[in-house]
Amino acid sequence: MAHAQGQQHPIGIYLKIWGLLFILSTASYLVDYFHFQGYLRWFLIVLFMLLKAGLIVSVFMHMLWERLALMYAILVPTLLLIVLLGIGALEGHYTFFTRGTFFGPGSEAPAQHR
Amino acid sequence: MTQSVMTSSAESLPLPKGLQGIAADWSSDQRAFKNVPWGKAMMWIFLLSDTFIFSCFLISYMTVRMSTTEPWPNPSEVFALTLWGKKVPLILIAIMTFVLISSSGTMAMAVKFGYEKNKKITFILLLVTAALGATFVGMQAFEWTKLIFEEGVRPWGNPMGAAQFGSAFFMITGFHGTHVSIGVIFLIIVAVKVLRGDLDHERPGFLTGRKGSYEIVEIMGLYWHFVDLVWVFIFAFFYLW
Repeated sequence: MAHAQGQQHPIGIYLKIWGLLFILSTASYLVDYFHFQGYLRWFLIVLFMLLKAGLIVSVFMHMLWERLALMYAILVPTLLLIVLLGIGALEGHYTFFTRGTFFGPGSEAPAQHR
Repeated sequence: MTQSVMTSSAESLPLPKGLQGIAADWSSDQRAFKNVPWGKAMMWIFLLSDTFIFSCFLISYMTVRMSTTEPWPNPSEVFALTLWGKKVPLILIAIMTFVLISSSGTMAMAVKFGYEKNKKITFILLLVTAALGATFVGMQAFEWTKLIFEEGVRPWGNPMGAAQFGSAFFMITGFHGTHVSIGVIFLIIVAVKVLRGDLDHERPGFLTGRKGSYEIVEIMGLYWHFVDLVWVFIFAFFYLW
């Protein structure tokens, strides 16, 4: 069949990515260490996370060198998760709202539910 | 006749690239994933399904965290350790992250040396990967013990705040730890196969009967990198958020 050689790349690229992952992990740890808060914190966490995930998938898992057919078959379906994320956020907000209304201060709910 | 059906045009003709390549690959009336051993394609599809499982966990964690009216325990303090009389926030988790990333690095190199048929170095790198994975699980066991016995965290409640903290934590990290443990077992199995020369001699596997080849090192690597990948998301969303 057509898979004689497999994925072969120089060792340097793995070592470089390894180093980059260390730097990015340190950076995301420092976000917590220096107590960044609010949108800056969330932005930095997500940025470092996506960079790390991208490096792992594209180089360590060799997705960069695969044919587009495999790349799309694996990566595009994960976009569906955005829909689930949206549904989860809606549901979470709504539950929070009803809890505030029915179990919050001023409501007549029994205390043990709070 | 059978012979001509089995013959793949992939070897003789150059495959089209880009979007045209996608259309050609998927409409070829042959296997859709060219130049990829089927075991690797199947591992990718398994990993896609695993992605959805972990995403369900992380998204339901988001939902319960958004919906709770009680304050969420601060992970930075909950997972702090006292080192040399000083409280260092989240230090154990940071070390666990570095251990897992390092294991991914050694795994990537094991795949490379595997394809070069360098049995000894591949074996050593696979064992180092397994050892780092076992270290990770050990540290996680330590973390769980500390959380259960010292901090009093339970799946149904904890002294620090929202009860959902415990259930989300044990579910997510427990499932991830299980993946790492399974990975360590399979890493040792693959390492033994490499050292014995099973992959050089195409010795059939005892369970599947498939011919041994160095592709299984890469397929093992895909699984292991995925475990690392999931940890990246858990680290960001559960520990840092």
